[in-house]
Amino acid sequence: MSTRRGVGARPSRRTTGLPAVLVPLATVAVLFLVVPVIGLLVRTPWRTLGDVLSRDASIEALRLSLVCATLATAVSLVLGVPLAWVLARGDFPGRSVLRAAVTVPLVLPPVVGGVALFAALGRRGLVGRPLDEVFGITLPFTTAAVVVAETFVAMPFLVIAVEGALRGADRRYDEAAATLGASRWYTFRRVTLPLVAPGVAAGAVLCWARALGEFGATITFAGNFPGTTRTMPIEVYITLQQDPAAAVALSLVLLVVSVAVLAGLRERWLTSTG
Amino acid sequence: MSGSTLSADLRVRRGSFDLDLALTVQPGEVVALLGPNGAGKSTALRLLAGLLPLDDGTVRLGRTVVEDTVARVRLEPEQRQVGVVFQDYLLFPHLTARENVAFGLRARGMVRREARERADDWLARVGLAEHAGRKPRQLSGGQAQRVALARALAAEPRLLLLDEPLAALDAATRMEVRADLRRHLGSFVGATVVVTHDALDAMVLADRLVVVEGGRVVQSGAPREVAAHPRTDYVARLVGLNLLRGVAVQGRVDLAGGSTLTSAGHADGEVFIAFAPNAVALHRSRPDSSARNCWPARVASVESHGDTVRVALDGEIPVVAEVTPWAVAEMALRPGTEVWATVKATETDVYPA
Repeated sequence: MSTRRGVGARPSRRTTGLPAVLVPLATVAVLFLVVPVIGLLVRTPWRTLGDVLSRDASIEALRLSLVCATLATAVSLVLGVPLAWVLARGDFPGRSVLRAAVTVPLVLPPVVGGVALFAALGRRGLVGRPLDEVFGITLPFTTAAVVVAETFVAMPFLVIAVEGALRGADRRYDEAAATLGASRWYTFRRVTLPLVAPGVAAGAVLCWARALGEFGATITFAGNFPGTTRTMPIEVYITLQQDPAAAVALSLVLLVVSVAVLAGLRERWLTSTG
Repeated sequence: MSGSTLSADLRVRRGSFDLDLALTVQPGEVVALLGPNGAGKSTALRLLAGLLPLDDGTVRLGRTVVEDTVARVRLEPEQRQVGVVFQDYLLFPHLTARENVAFGLRARGMVRREARERADDWLARVGLAEHAGRKPRQLSGGQAQRVALARALAAEPRLLLLDEPLAALDAATRMEVRADLRRHLGSFVGATVVVTHDALDAMVLADRLVVVEGGRVVQSGAPREVAAHPRTDYVARLVGLNLLRGVAVQGRVDLAGGSTLTSAGHADGEVFIAFAPNAVALHRSRPDSSARNCWPARVASVESHGDTVRVALDGEIPVVAEVTPWAVAEMALRPGTEVWATVKATETDVYPA
C-alpha cells in the first residue's frame, strides 16, 4: 500500500491509528498464539499418522472423549440453563454471592477441582458415603466420574454465556406472551429460550470445547484407566512420554475436532442471527 | 358472545409520581386515554393488563374481580384475558406472522392445526393472508401493526388495550392504518382502551376521550365535546384553540390578568373562554373595526403551519393568531413587532369552568 509510508497527516489516520507501541506487542501476541499450532502442524508425522490414529488405544480414547464431552454438555444444558435463568431473572437476596459461588470452577485450578470432587463424591466423601452406603454407587474412577469432572469444570462457561444472553433479551416479549394467556413455562419454552438460542449455542460450544480438553480434574477424580477414563488429553500426555511423534498426531486430532465443531456451529447459529 | 364492562379504580405511587384514575368502559365502547408524555397513561394500561401491581384499588371485568387490593385478589396477566397491542408490537421475532397470531390459542392448549386455521382467518381479516409465512422483520410497520392486532384479538380477550398503536408508523401509513383500526375496533365486542398522545388518533378511534394529566383525569367526554370545550391548556393546544379563564358577568369576562373580553356566549361566574386562532385578526395600528375585543400585543414567535402562519402573541392576553403568509409579509410581522389584536364577540365560546 502506498499510503503506509505517508506522513499520516490526514485527520482520520491520526484519530483512528493505533499507538505505535501497541503494534509490536500485538504482533508478539499473535505469534505466541499461532506459532505453537503451526509447530504442531509442522511436526505432525503425516506418513505414520494413519497408523497412530488407527491404534485401538487412540480410537478408544477419542471415542471416550467425544462421548463424555457431549454428555457433560448435555448435563450442563439441562442444569445450567435453569441456573442461568435464576441468576438472570431471579430476584432474591444473595444472588451475587450465588453467582460468584457457581463460577468458582472457572478460576479453580482443575486439579483442585478434582480433589474437591473427590472430597465430596469419593467413597468417604460428603455425598459419596451415603451414595455408597444407601445405593451402592461409587463414582470415582468410572466413566461417570469423567462426565462429572468435565461437567464441573465446563458448566460455568455455559451458565455465564446463557446468563448474559438472558440479560440482553427483551423481557417485554415475556410480558407480551403473558397477555396472550401463556403460562410461565410455556413462555419460557416458546419465547424466552428461542430468543436466547444463539447465546445457548455459543455457551454449549464453549462448554463442549472445555470438556473435551479437560485433563486435571478428570485424571484426579476419574483416574487413568484405558477404555473407561483415559480420555484423549490424558492419552496425549501418556503417549508423549514414550512416543512424542504419536502424541503430536493425537493432538492434531483434538485440534481438528475442536476447530471443526466451532466452525460448524458458527455457520449454523452464530452468524445467522447477526 | 357479549362483552364485559371494565370498571377500574387505579391507584399507584412511584416515587414522586402518583396515579389515581377511575375508568369505566362499556362493552363495545372505545375509550382513549389521552395525555402528554409522563401523564401516567401507559402505567394505567400496564396496571389493567396486570403487568404492574396496584398499590390500591380494583379492576373488574363484568362480574370477574380481576384485582382487588382490599380483598387481596390478583389475577396474573396470563389469567386475565386482557389483550394488549404494544407500542412497538413485540411480535415474537423467531415466529412467523401465523405462529404469532396462533400463539395465544396454542398457549391455551388448542391443537396446532386448528390454531393455524384460526390464525389464518384472522390474518385474512386484517388483509394479510398472503403474509402468513413471513417473519416479523420481513413485514412493514403497518403490516406488523395489523399482525399485532390480529394476535391480540385471536386470543379472544375480554378487554383490549392498545398502547400508542400508531406512534411507530410514518404519516402516510398512519392514515390508512388508523381507518382500518377504527373498523376492527368497531367490530370488537369487548371494552377497548387506547392510550395515545395524538389528538387525531384519539378523535378518530375513540367513542369517548379521557384526558389524563399528572396521573389524574382532567377532562372526559365525547371527542366533539372535548374538542369544542377544552378545560386545560394541554387539551386546548391539542385541539388548536386559545383558552383563557376568567369570571363572567353578563357577557363580560374579566380575565385573570386584569383584561376584559366580551363574549356573545351566556354563562356567569367562573368560566373558560375559547376561540380559534383564525378568529384573531392582527393590525399594525389601532383598528376602527366593529370587533368588541381589541388589545395591544407583541409578536413572540412566527411559525408556518401548513398553508397558514401561527403568530404567538405576548402581552396582557397571550393567544395564538392564525393569519395568511400574505398578512405576515404585508405587516412585516416578526418577533418583537407591536400589533393590535381583535376578536369578534360572536367568535368566542364561553362555558362554566
